[in-house]
Amino acid sequence: MNGFMVEYSSVVFAALAMGSIGLVLGILIAVAAKIFKVESDSRAELVLELLPGANCGGCGKAGCADFAKAVASGELSPGQCPVSSRETVNAIAQALGIENNVSFRKCAVVLCGGDKNQTRNPILYNGVNDCRSASLISGGPKGCAYGCLGLGSCARTCPFGAIEIVNGLAVVHGELCVGCGKCVMACPRKLIKLVNADAQVHIYCSNPEKAPLKRQYCNVPCIGCRKCEKAFPDKFKVEGFRGTVDYDAPQLPTAEEAASVKCPAHCLLTAAEHLAVEHNDPDHENTKEIQ
Amino acid sequence: MNENYLELTVGAVFVYNFVLSRFLGICPFLGVSKKISTALGMGGAVIFVMTLASFCTSLVYHYLLQIKEIAGFKVDLSFLQILLFIVIIAGLVQLVEIILQKLSPVLYGALGIYLPLITTNCAVLGVAAINAQSAREVLPSTVFGFFSGVGFALALVLFASIRERLELAQIPKIFQGMSIALITAGILAMAFMGFAGLC
Repeated sequence: MNGFMVEYSSVVFAALAMGSIGLVLGILIAVAAKIFKVESDSRAELVLELLPGANCGGCGKAGCADFAKAVASGELSPGQCPVSSRETVNAIAQALGIENNVSFRKCAVVLCGGDKNQTRNPILYNGVNDCRSASLISGGPKGCAYGCLGLGSCARTCPFGAIEIVNGLAVVHGELCVGCGKCVMACPRKLIKLVNADAQVHIYCSNPEKAPLKRQYCNVPCIGCRKCEKAFPDKFKVEGFRGTVDYDAPQLPTAEEAASVKCPAHCLLTAAEHLAVEHNDPDHENTKEIQ
Repeated sequence: MNENYLELTVGAVFVYNFVLSRFLGICPFLGVSKKISTALGMGGAVIFVMTLASFCTSLVYHYLLQIKEIAGFKVDLSFLQILLFIVIIAGLVQLVEIILQKLSPVLYGALGIYLPLITTNCAVLGVAAINAQSAREVLPSTVFGFFSGVGFALALVLFASIRERLELAQIPKIFQGMSIALITAGILAMAFMGFAGLC
C-alpha cells in the first residue's frame, strides 16, 4: 500500500511542479510582453506585403524587410526598389500616402554587339569558363578589350535567368530582367548598364578606341560617324568614337527613329534585334566572313 | 562543498571545453563559424544564456528537485530534471529576449537571431545537467556556466578565424567546404586534448 502511495504522490507532485513552473513562466512572459512591448511599425509591414519579396538586395538594403523599414521611416522612396513594377511602386506610395517621385523600372543592357561571327579572338582561351578568370589573362581572349567575353558570368549570376549567351554574346531578355544589378557587378568589362526599361534602342558598343583600330577585330563597332547624333541631337550623344543613347533625355528614341538613322556600323539596334536576328542568322547582312 | 574556482574555470574553458572535449553544441559550432563577427555574436549569446541557465536551473535543482517529502508524502522528482530544465531555459530566454528588445535594442540587435536559436541548444542543457550531476552549489554553478560559455565562444572564434583563413587557401576540390571544416574541427579538438589531465 505504501509503495503505491509513493508513486501516486510522485505523479501528482510532478504534475504540480511542472504545471506551476509552466504557469509562473507563462505569466512572467505574458506580463513582460505587455510591459516591454515594442511598437513595431505597421507601415513597414504594409510595405513588405506589397514588395516583390525576392530579397535580391538590388536596393542596397539587406532584403525586402529592411527596405520596407527604410521606406516606412522615409529614408528611401518606394521607387528605389529596382524590381518593383510601376504599379507596385504606386501602390506602396498610395498605401503610405506619400509622393511618388523616382519611379521607372530599370533593365540591364549589354552594350556590346560583337558575337562570334562579328569579332575575332586572337587568343585561344582554354581556361575556366568564367569571364572574370578569362579577363585576368592578358586582358582576355577577345581582340576588343571592351567586348563581351561571352563566358556567361553575368548569366550565371542573374537570379532571374534573364541573361542568355547566344553565339558568344550575352543578351538580356528584357521581359525577365527586373533590374537588380547583379550582372553589372559580375561583368569584368563593365559592359552591362542599368537603364530605363522603356528604352528600346541602344548603341551596342562600349569601346572608346579609334574606329580603324576597332575595325581590325570587330565588324559592328561604333565608328563615331555621328549620323545618329546629327539626326536626333537630343537623343544620342557621341563622344570620340563611342555613341550612347541619352537615357536621361525626356524622350527616348523609338525603334522607327533608330531605323531611320540607318547606322552604317550596325551597332544602333533595338533590344529585340540585339536579342535575336544578328546572332542566329548567318545570312544576315551583318554577318560577314572575318578576313 | 568547497569549490576550487581556479580549477572550475580552467576546467570549463580548456580541459572540458564544451565543443572540443565534450562535443556538445556542434551544430552552432559548424553553422555559425564562417565569420569571426557572427562567431563573436553567437559566443556572446551563449555566454549570456549559459550563465543565466545554470543559475536558474541550479536554484530549481537545489530547492525543488531535492524535495523528498511534501505534506507527509514521500516524493522523488529527480526524473523531472531534463523536462524542467528545458522548460525553464526556454522560458527564461524568451523572457530575457522580450526585456532586452525594449531596454537595450543595441544588445538585442547584436545577439539577434542567435538568442532564440540557442534556447534548446544541447550545450546549454548540458551545462545544467552537468551542474546537477556534480551537485554544485548555486554560485559555483553560475561560475561554471559563465566559463563554459567562454569556452564555447573561444572554440567558436578560434574555429571561425581558421575558417576565414581557409577561404583564401588553395584546398583540393574534394576537401572543399564542409569536409575541410570537419577535419579542422578534429585537429582543433586534438589540440585541446593537450589540456587533458590539467585538472
